Amino acid sequence: MSDAIRRAPTASMRAISRDRFGEAEARHLLWRAGFGGTDAQIATLAEWGPERAVDHLLDVNNAAGYPGVRSDAFDAGVIREFTREEQRAYRMALQQGDEAAVARFRGLRESMQRADRDQMRSVQRWWLTRMIESSRPLEEKMTLFWHGHFATSYRTVENSYHMFLQNQLFRSHALGNFGDLLFRIIRDPAMLKYLNNDRNFRASPNENLARELMELFALGEGQYQERDIREGARALTGYTYSGNEFIFDANRHDDGQKQILGTSGNLNGDDFVKAILARRACSDFIATKLYRWFVADDIPARGTPARASMERVIRDLSGALRRHRYEIKPTLRMLFLSEHFYDAANRHTQIKSPAELVVGTVRSLHTPVRDLNTLLDAMELMGQRLFFPPNVAGWAGGRSWINTSTVFVRQNTTAFLLTGMTPGSGPAFTERAYDPAMAIRDFVTRRPEAARDPERMAGRLLEVMLGMEIGGGRRESVARVLGADGQPLSNDGILQAMMLISAMPEYQLC
Amino acid sequence: MDLHNSKAYTRRAFLVRGVTLASGAVTIPYFLQKSGVVLAQSSMLNPTGAGVPTDRILVVIQLAGGNDGLNTVVPFASDEYHRARPGISIRAEQVHRLFRQSDLGLHPALEGMKSLFDDGMLTVVQGVGYPNPNRSHFTSTDIWHTADTRGVGAGWLGRYFDNQCAGSPAADAGEELAGHAGISIGRSAPLTMQGRAYQPVSFESEELFRWTGAEASREVADAYDQMMRGELDPSVDETNPTAAFLTRTAMDARIASDRIRRAVSTTPLTSYPRTGLGRQLAMIASMIRSGLETRVYYATLGGFDTHAGQGGAQGQHANLLRQLGDAVRAFYADLKAQGNDERVLSMTFSEFGRRVRANASNGTDHGAAAPLFLMGPMVRAGIHGNHPSMTELEDGDLKFHTDFRRVYATVLEQWLKADSRAVLGGRFAPIRVIKQG
Repeated sequence: MSDAIRRAPTASMRAISRDRFGEAEARHLLWRAGFGGTDAQIATLAEWGPERAVDHLLDVNNAAGYPGVRSDAFDAGVIREFTREEQRAYRMALQQGDEAAVARFRGLRESMQRADRDQMRSVQRWWLTRMIESSRPLEEKMTLFWHGHFATSYRTVENSYHMFLQNQLFRSHALGNFGDLLFRIIRDPAMLKYLNNDRNFRASPNENLARELMELFALGEGQYQERDIREGARALTGYTYSGNEFIFDANRHDDGQKQILGTSGNLNGDDFVKAILARRACSDFIATKLYRWFVADDIPARGTPARASMERVIRDLSGALRRHRYEIKPTLRMLFLSEHFYDAANRHTQIKSPAELVVGTVRSLHTPVRDLNTLLDAMELMGQRLFFPPNVAGWAGGRSWINTSTVFVRQNTTAFLLTGMTPGSGPAFTERAYDPAMAIRDFVTRRPEAARDPERMAGRLLEVMLGMEIGGGRRESVARVLGADGQPLSNDGILQAMMLISAMPEYQLC
Repeated sequence: MDLHNSKAYTRRAFLVRGVTLASGAVTIPYFLQKSGVVLAQSSMLNPTGAGVPTDRILVVIQLAGGNDGLNTVVPFASDEYHRARPGISIRAEQVHRLFRQSDLGLHPALEGMKSLFDDGMLTVVQGVGYPNPNRSHFTSTDIWHTADTRGVGAGWLGRYFDNQCAGSPAADAGEELAGHAGISIGRSAPLTMQGRAYQPVSFESEELFRWTGAEASREVADAYDQMMRGELDPSVDETNPTAAFLTRTAMDARIASDRIRRAVSTTPLTSYPRTGLGRQLAMIASMIRSGLETRVYYATLGGFDTHAGQGGAQGQHANLLRQLGDAVRAFYADLKAQGNDERVLSMTFSEFGRRVRANASNGTDHGAAAPLFLMGPMVRAGIHGNHPSMTELEDGDLKFHTDFRRVYATVLEQWLKADSRAVLGGRFAPIRVIKQG
């Protein structure tokens, strides 16, 4: 519709020159390759120049600054399947109508499930905290990317420790090798359960994992035949788990001849993955997903210059993936340094996901976290419940985040972070620990006289929060909220002005 | 589209005001662009004209947690029933008998439902469920929400909304209907109402469906209102379609918020019990009265997961049923006073019934088939289907005989006048529970 007037970004993948990498570019990089940054962080990255800034963000193996994850962070045994003996006794009780015994078993299972749901909540809080605090934001952003890519929901898995293990798998491969991750994902207990591969037997294959491996995880629709699904499912028979470990159950495995994607032989799951990785469609598919995540989630209409530019860049990314044998880091390095990435037509075009909105507000404005549970609830109301993607295709993202209800949830969540106000709490803020000077420290210390001028303060707040110039009536109305000229600006006025800016549609963009 | 031809407008005041306020902006809210005319020409002209599809309203009441169907519609004459649940079974003299000769009765706390029944406004659909019942709250709730026995995909009413916009580009589908064609009272929108494209409006209380920041000061509230009415400079960057989309949606939200909050703030014509469900249904009745073009409302009553101390004629479960019956009775009294009762069909559902046999804690565990209620003056009052057998059980649970999707098909075809096959992805025969006229 409006594609006609959309300007096409350059398709150039040449590295951006140092003199064209200013604060606007640094801000863009921080938002896309992380969750935004303060004005001081933006200034630092701009001063460093593109190479050092990008390498700093890519250096997720740098353990300094933020702790790694301890394997004992959560209880590995909070929930378990019934043992064989328990299963037998339970079946017996059912058959014999021994209600007391049945109730005992169900009670046991339900109490484990309750404890597990509590732990799932802790894992959610833990991850949100990492996103907010980590000194390696790209690691968490890529973990979120893989979570949406290999979407697996606790609703089906019903095992918080398996969800935690999978999250750790994504984190440890955040910027690693996609091929490695694919070999690991067919051994991941949460995934095996979610896509029913624990029920994939030689005598009755379950095709769910085989299908999604090709359709949603690595190749895309139309890049395989129904036969590849059938034979791929046979290759994956016997890939299951016991407790918290992957096991290969040879008794369930079909070791007959198979032909998948043009490869034949007595193929197993690894051979299936190798056949997938050998396809050009695989690097194209991953390049497209990465592009949509980091550059533009809104695909321009076919035949437009913007579309042509996008397709060229994706081709280049796909080529880089193949050249680097599916290593993600060098591929992203090329993207984050490219002129295309920083083109003005690619800035302020993505709608912040709920995680980006919440985490980004805290990180870029230095607001208090206030209450993790409230933030998780708010994200759920905005349509993104961590560890509960809506289906195996993950979150649709982009415009699907926005409707008449989520608009208010988004505006009210930022108001909550800024002021502690909740609906109905009124202007008597219960908690006002936030000092708005945190967001504009640079400005206040370097230009004290400007910080007393509502007009200039309005301009600065708009710039810091929206990353763009807003003129005219909206800037004036922000200035009016800030107070009368000549008077020292009160924190209260600044907070209200920030709240107003955070309710502007542009605040939802990054 | 001519928004200034106001001859036919019944809600002229709103539209004229809306258009005037938005006219300063480059961007007109979707709500006015796309549904202004539909809204103006729709049922508002004739709020009591039943038979016109757009007039009809569906209210869904979810009984969350798994309602014990056996103690809701009670087979009081069955020895098996009393033997299976000593301590919580309901005796013959306690129930509200449905017919003189019948051996079925409503739970004693369901006085409200009994009075609806006597007034010809209640039908009980017996033995509702689906094959291979799933006893997980999550999964079985998803199955009911999606009308898919795997519990995957969009919600069934969400798909109904999606299909209402057939012919429009799928990406814009959600925007063709009034944004508030579906309203859910609750913390988050239930899956039932979420389409592939359509997203319902949902709010727990009307106070949450507005900008909190307005409470901080008059100045900031005014500035926000001006901004959202598009009165401040043509600020939307039309070369950035995403920014323009966000601005239009935010403007829509403000308009819906104003209308909904104004509607909800009116005092009901009749009194409601002071319960959670009573409050929700009072809000819905007020919205109906205000003439919102909402087609489906959704309310929820939770707490039915009665594993322990469920009680019999009195107690935990009885309190929930009383809350349900009294609230629905008050709701229809209000609707009748408004003259809107014939426009409104209500239905209950729960993710599963409970086991026939009580457990050791005088509660009941997750079961399978159960009855559901359809309510309103347009139902064929009575009981549909036999009570499931108390002796031929499946895994200790009642067997279903009426697939829940047949109930959905009935509501879609005979009430909402929609193509149930397109929404449900298959043919499910409607049941005869709605008056045809």
